[in-house]
Amino acid sequence: MFTFTIRRLILTIPTLLFISLVLFTIVKLSPSDPTGNLPLTIPPEVREKIRESLGVNKPLLVQYLLWLKQFFWLEPRIFLEHSFGWNLGTADETRLISYQTRSPVMDLIVQRLPQTLWVVGVAYLVGTLIALPIGIISAYKQYSVFDQLGTLVSMIGFSVPPFFSGVLVIVIFSVMIPSDSYFWLPSIYDTTHEVTDWASFKYQFRQMIMPVMVLALQITAQISRFTRASMLDNLNQDYVRTARAKGLKEKTVVLVHVLRNSMIPVVTVIALGIPSIFGGAIITEQVFKVNGLGQLLIIAIQGGDVPTVQTLTFIFAILIVLFNLIADVLYGILDPRIRYD
Amino acid sequence: MTDIPQIAAQPRNQWWDVWDQFKTHKGALIGAIFFLVILLGVIFGPWLWGIDATFIDIRSRNQGPSFAHPMGTDQLGRDSFARMMAGGRVSLAVGLTAMALAIGLGTLIGVIAGYFKRLDGLLMRTTDLFLALPLLPLLLVIIMLFRDKLNAAFGPEGGIFILMVSAIGATSWMQTARIVRGDVLAIKEREFVLAARSIGTPNRRMITRHILPNVLSPIMVSATLGIANAIITESALSFLGLGFPPDFPTWGRLLFDSVDYLQQYPERVMWPGLAISLTVLSVNYMGDGLRDALDPKIRGR
Repeated sequence: MFTFTIRRLILTIPTLLFISLVLFTIVKLSPSDPTGNLPLTIPPEVREKIRESLGVNKPLLVQYLLWLKQFFWLEPRIFLEHSFGWNLGTADETRLISYQTRSPVMDLIVQRLPQTLWVVGVAYLVGTLIALPIGIISAYKQYSVFDQLGTLVSMIGFSVPPFFSGVLVIVIFSVMIPSDSYFWLPSIYDTTHEVTDWASFKYQFRQMIMPVMVLALQITAQISRFTRASMLDNLNQDYVRTARAKGLKEKTVVLVHVLRNSMIPVVTVIALGIPSIFGGAIITEQVFKVNGLGQLLIIAIQGGDVPTVQTLTFIFAILIVLFNLIADVLYGILDPRIRYD
Repeated sequence: MTDIPQIAAQPRNQWWDVWDQFKTHKGALIGAIFFLVILLGVIFGPWLWGIDATFIDIRSRNQGPSFAHPMGTDQLGRDSFARMMAGGRVSLAVGLTAMALAIGLGTLIGVIAGYFKRLDGLLMRTTDLFLALPLLPLLLVIIMLFRDKLNAAFGPEGGIFILMVSAIGATSWMQTARIVRGDVLAIKEREFVLAARSIGTPNRRMITRHILPNVLSPIMVSATLGIANAIITESALSFLGLGFPPDFPTWGRLLFDSVDYLQQYPERVMWPGLAISLTVLSVNYMGDGLRDALDPKIRGR
């Protein structure tokens, strides 16, 4: 198992390098000019100097290697300096600078990360917690009313895109319900809101309900289907009959024997879904005006902010590769029948 | 003399069996009928409905539903019903074409990878690489970058249509390729393939006559699910403001435009939203029923 993990870990390096090259080239092909937003009074030779200082005139390969160095060597060192107060001599090196805000890209990402993690993380947790019991009960009572209802809910979760479900809940809870009512919910997620006392906590809770529920619906749809299928596979196995035959309580049979074995594929699906949630959250963040990573990406794309787009998409790619790896390793750890070596 | 029992049942085409099984799945049948109605509605509707989707009647703007305008009118007095049909045309056209592209690409790569052992490793690693790409951000970037160039070449509508279809198609073939490869690998080991090879069937005919018909069912199922995926992706891109130009309606674009009037006319977001959701729901149910109907193990029961 250990050698397998090591081998997979080494294999991720060329994968990530290739993906970074693809993303870098695609974004670099854009016609956007970093000096395009500057005042027209700047003379052409100064413009050229600015371009040179940003390194846009160099050959593509040089730019790529420079970017790699900044991303994998400079930024981690700066991160270490900030977190431990060391001095690693990074002060006079050029960081990845956003064209739009002229501040380091990593600082922008660090500013936006908590909002995304908070909303998406809670949604993922809520979605999983709702999905597991639904999946278990619908498998145990296959073809019952509850199962049919569960199928319908997950079909709706698959089919209703977040830009409609989000707008729909805004119509219901923010527009149709009067704003002095107890059930009224704010349609815009206020990220400057700070939780200091009970009242502000209540407000934070209320403003999180809608984005979290919209995201959770999709997560629930996927995971509950998987749990159900996996439980159904296991419920017909011989060991379940044996467990019943030796007189175990039904609760023990289902919740200990069957559930444990059914969780193996479900856990990997949960791990695989985490990075795609960051991508899916782009739309939800846009609907509820959460200024997280997704919104940063949209603004950067619209503004032709090449470094920010490159870095953000690459971070999304790292997340995907990383969680694929985690899912593979988890699968091997949880299921002794599937050991890759 | 003993009676020789007549063989009563005529030999049937297997597609009749598939249809019989499909009919028993209520959700799938309703989904298929609904999808057909929507499809016919958006193809023939604009001809039958007298009002043009771009006709501006500023005096009757922001009206609610009435007999003249069953879904009301928008802020410029354009008939929402006509715009919904025109939008559905584009949305479904994008969905179907992108699906066809993705399925074609996925089947090609899957069959080649499964059939030719030498190319298997390379093609499957490529598939894995594509699966590791962050798709929605990548789509946004691609559309942003190439929109202007293609618009200049093919006009604003044609350019974005080509871009949208090829971008969605090029980023959603991977699942199909994986499924098809797995099936081809299994079929390749069967006796009939060996028999066909022993009489000297060349590779090309082997694939078209023996392999492809046997992997048709997973391809059909992923095709239905591919339509749903493509419609949602197109609407999502339009919703983020990176889709078709504003005067060119699609369901996603109509939803995006209606969000500005959420306070005053909340019913306006309902029409495109419901159209997208119900179409995707019906396609998903159709795929579910098709999966059962095409599986010979389930069919006999």
